Amino acid sequence: MKIFTYSKDAATPTQAIEEATNKNDSAYIAGGTNLIDLMKDLVLTPAHLVDINGLKMTSVDKLDGGGVRIGALARNSDVANHQLIRENYPVLSRALLSGASPQLRNMATTGGNVLQRTRCSYFYDVASACNKRNPGSGCDAIDGYNRVHAVLGGSAKCIAVNPSDMNVALAALDANVLVSTGSGERKIRFVEFHKLPGNTPHIETMLDPYELITAIELPPAGFSKNWCYLKVRDRASYAFALVSAAVCLHMDGSKFKEARLALGGVGTKPWRVSEVEKMLVGKTADEKLFKSAAEMAMKSAKGYEHNKFKIEMGKRTIVRALKVAAAGVS
Amino acid sequence: MDKREYDAVNFEVDATTDKENAGQSRREFLVNAATVSAAIALSGVFGEEAEAAEVINDPVKAVAIQNPVPPQTIAVEFDVNGQMQKVNIDPRTSLLDALREYMGLTGSKKGCDHGQCGACTVLVDGRRINSCLTFAVMYQGNKITTIEGLEADDKLHPVQSAFIKHDGFQCGYCTPGQICSAVGMLGEVKAGCLSAITTDMASNKMTLTEAEIRERMSGNLCRCGAYPGIVAAIKELSEQTA
Repeated sequence: MKIFTYSKDAATPTQAIEEATNKNDSAYIAGGTNLIDLMKDLVLTPAHLVDINGLKMTSVDKLDGGGVRIGALARNSDVANHQLIRENYPVLSRALLSGASPQLRNMATTGGNVLQRTRCSYFYDVASACNKRNPGSGCDAIDGYNRVHAVLGGSAKCIAVNPSDMNVALAALDANVLVSTGSGERKIRFVEFHKLPGNTPHIETMLDPYELITAIELPPAGFSKNWCYLKVRDRASYAFALVSAAVCLHMDGSKFKEARLALGGVGTKPWRVSEVEKMLVGKTADEKLFKSAAEMAMKSAKGYEHNKFKIEMGKRTIVRALKVAAAGVS
Repeated sequence: MDKREYDAVNFEVDATTDKENAGQSRREFLVNAATVSAAIALSGVFGEEAEAAEVINDPVKAVAIQNPVPPQTIAVEFDVNGQMQKVNIDPRTSLLDALREYMGLTGSKKGCDHGQCGACTVLVDGRRINSCLTFAVMYQGNKITTIEGLEADDKLHPVQSAFIKHDGFQCGYCTPGQICSAVGMLGEVKAGCLSAITTDMASNKMTLTEAEIRERMSGNLCRCGAYPGIVAAIKELSEQTA
């Protein structure tokens, strides 16, 4: 690992941002579960770490107008088990618990999970070409072993998957990301927070340098009756998704009143499928409809040599998730 | 470069466990044996020149050779198994390396060093974490419990006894992590924490089925495949305390 300097002096977002901006080549560290891993492999080599664990951003609170505010430093396990989340936003709780291991969830933070980097093996291997790690160097995944890569949202420069489970649920719930700019605060819609790779896969989010995520806001609608988070992976636990689907529904009997569908494991960003949501509204839930929804969701999918299976797997995952969610919590 | 050139690096190692051994500890023996065999291997390849080569076993010296500009060292103090430990360390030191290399607590194991295997699991203020994937300097003032700190009054912790009774290990390398993880996990269950397969998400009363145990222990891998014994040990404990 490259040498770095470290401090935990910052007590407010403004102080942290000031410190990060003034020091050369800084990075924030919170849970560290992704950053330290990448530092060990020399993928990231910050010269200074601003430890933000002294900032008071760990609580999960009810918002006045309904909804919930999750502090950026709230640990994944604490959010998943918080009474407000497990009762009102079960899809988020289940998505969080589907990711990583209990030890990692005890460390990893909400803000860090939003910013979790791809698990593309070429991104991790500094000897490989990777436009995300080293802009302009090329992409060894497109013609390489791309079994775990994206079938939606890829470009000729990058087909790396956003690996987070939590992000899929946040996309379905239409969350907002609260960001401190140093001189103020701004709010970014979660579905707009991550960028498609296009020609600049190294620019992954709407954040400007050293802006700091302070919280995630969930709107009042939690979909606690009709929901599903379905994750398909190579082993039963503790593996990244090949495909995952978050479904949140408001049902009127067997008719769809409102539908939300977001996919993980298949997209270069958390993949919300709005056209399917619109198509479902007003229709009666049945297998035929689920299948046409799945076809529609994967219509623009593009498979590569080793990941074509994700297209069919994605469709089947969507059908099952819609079925479970429409049936509702018994 | 002189090995003590970094005066600031003045770590205090609590080596009581090693001192108590009249002779050479198992760890010292392994380190020395490795040094000898490395020296033999080098001289075999490079002949005369390699005789001057030195095998570095001292982390401070190894850092000094790699980095002519000394890294920042930071004083950090935390409680490990009821004893305050104070070290001045390079901020790159993982919590696991601090425990093993600076405090002489080699019970916690380095498996993958990337948070994928769980062999390094320790408890921080009662919560299980991967000590390999975090920096020691981040734990100022925390209370750390390792496998060495679980027994009390010369009696094994109930989880340790259950692992022995049910043969919850073969080679033993993952065992300290498995046991610390199980201790943390049973605490989580008591507190009503969910797993990804818990169906009743509103209830705080968890039932530890075999499937629940496997899911909740999935952060600890065992290459010997001692899982049936591990699950049986935890199942019996959970039934006793339920």
